[in-house]
Amino acid sequence: MGNGMGLSIEELNEMALQCRRDIVTMVWKAQAGHPGGSLSAIDMLVGLYGHKLRVDPNKPKWEDRDRFIMSKGHASPGVYSVLGQRGFIESSDFDSYRKFGGICQGHVDMKWCPGVDFSAGSLGMGVSFGLGCAIAANLDGSERQTWVMLGDGELQEGQIWEGAMAAAHHEMGNLNVVVDRNNIQNDDFCEVQMRMFDVAGKFAAFGWNVTEIDGHDMTEIVNALDWAEANTDKPSCIVMHTVKGKGVSFMENNPKFHGSAPNDEQYKIAMGELQ
Amino acid sequence: MSAPSSGGASRDGYGAALLEMLEDDKVVVIEADLGKSTKSCLFRSQKPSHTVSLGIAEQNMMLVSAGLASSGYIPFASTFAIFTERGFEQVRNGIARPNLAVHLCGSHGGIHTGTDGSSAQSIEDLGIYRTLPNMAVLHPCDDVSTKALTLALKDHDSPSYTRTVRNKTSRVYTEEEASNLRIGQFSYLKEGNHVAILACGVMVQEALSAHSILEEMGIKSTIIDVHTIKPLDVSSLYDIACMTCAIVTAEDHNVIGGLGSAVAEALVGLDFSRRIPVEMVGVQDKFGQSGQPSELMSHYNLTKEDIIEAVQRVLKRK
Repeated sequence: MGNGMGLSIEELNEMALQCRRDIVTMVWKAQAGHPGGSLSAIDMLVGLYGHKLRVDPNKPKWEDRDRFIMSKGHASPGVYSVLGQRGFIESSDFDSYRKFGGICQGHVDMKWCPGVDFSAGSLGMGVSFGLGCAIAANLDGSERQTWVMLGDGELQEGQIWEGAMAAAHHEMGNLNVVVDRNNIQNDDFCEVQMRMFDVAGKFAAFGWNVTEIDGHDMTEIVNALDWAEANTDKPSCIVMHTVKGKGVSFMENNPKFHGSAPNDEQYKIAMGELQ
Repeated sequence: MSAPSSGGASRDGYGAALLEMLEDDKVVVIEADLGKSTKSCLFRSQKPSHTVSLGIAEQNMMLVSAGLASSGYIPFASTFAIFTERGFEQVRNGIARPNLAVHLCGSHGGIHTGTDGSSAQSIEDLGIYRTLPNMAVLHPCDDVSTKALTLALKDHDSPSYTRTVRNKTSRVYTEEEASNLRIGQFSYLKEGNHVAILACGVMVQEALSAHSILEEMGIKSTIIDVHTIKPLDVSSLYDIACMTCAIVTAEDHNVIGGLGSAVAEALVGLDFSRRIPVEMVGVQDKFGQSGQPSELMSHYNLTKEDIIEAVQRVLKRK
């Protein structure tokens, strides 16, 4: 069973660029949504879907598929863009983002969109849900992996640490978490809202395997994904350092574009930059 | 109805039901440190491979259960009723919204919990879970009916919340009678055409006691065990309302949001040829305190005498 799509680093980077264009277009067309956290996460999302996940777009509910839990569910344009690349949805479905009856709901929803494993939108729940999926895999005697992506802001939710403690206690070597450390949350920079200090150190203290990478370096991403999957003794955490809004100059490291859309002029500039 | 007088607490019925599910490898029992109290410990001792203990962390418990349900398992998760409420938003967004068949059990429900005091006496659980789409809400009255209905939940493909109680109560049903109970259907315990008393949980026994005294007073009452608060058996409610034109509800729960509210909400949506007065026996929007169950039930007006007074009031309003 081949993982991912068997793509080279160069091909993965090309895919990420197309996804960035799709993300900005979705948010621009809807005139609402969350571009910043989608753009910070997209290289890892491409790494997951393009390199790692054992999933089948023809059988989205295949019981033995790897699970991907997007805990920071507001970064849905990022997920939709990569689900389009992997063939779960059509690029024409992107136009349904935030539209009445559309499969691309404002926050990713397993009841609406094929390929989505978790109904997100309320922060702090992904590790726990992923832990449930990982326990189920063990009960099934399956080697399938569960991957969870967290935002750094949502680490302020206590439930994250309930889940982190339980995953280590139960020695869930098939559970892997990626933290998108982009340093910005809804209202402002994380350093202003609530400092989280050493995120990697916190997961290590909870009993996890931890590594830190540049979340925009595809080679580091691919290596970290392989590292996490190879760890079977305890859960693994990849803290990836990213830039919110990565790829669009005026969105980069700008709290304003956590949750707002570009206007027509900004859209043109953004698409010009994403070449 | 030939009811045995002895019995356990309804939480014992929950534990007994889990033991009946040992053979089904899709059943997983989830705990948050209170397995000895909710009686999930009985399952754990027999099948630790399918028991997940998560420590004192209810929010995590809700989503771990959801993840298991999404992967084809049937999770039965329990803690005190009041502590399930810490994970309410997790139940709302993580379980009910995606309609994942997680079966929650909240033990130690109601004032009847006793000496632990108000922090452990949930009087709002039925009300809050009733507001969630997709959720069934159950509150059986004795151990055998709790066992039967919990077993029925295994084949219920939507999420549910079941309240059990801490302390022993008299049995209302035999095992055979309980096996005939159906989720969402009223259970008629006594029939009479002057007034209908709809009760749940520990108040069912009080209603049965009231029935005998009312009979001596010349008042014929129908007694219904509303073990399923949601979905409410509205067609049966319509029939009994038409027959008696007088309804009393009885619950160890705040009168805001619980059984009485559910019945009143249903009645105002139905067409009757005459008005149907309703009197609610329940906790009058106040918190409990420590004490013996009997002391507390008396203090908070949750006794057969309170039901009889409510019947007298409702008959005057007929």
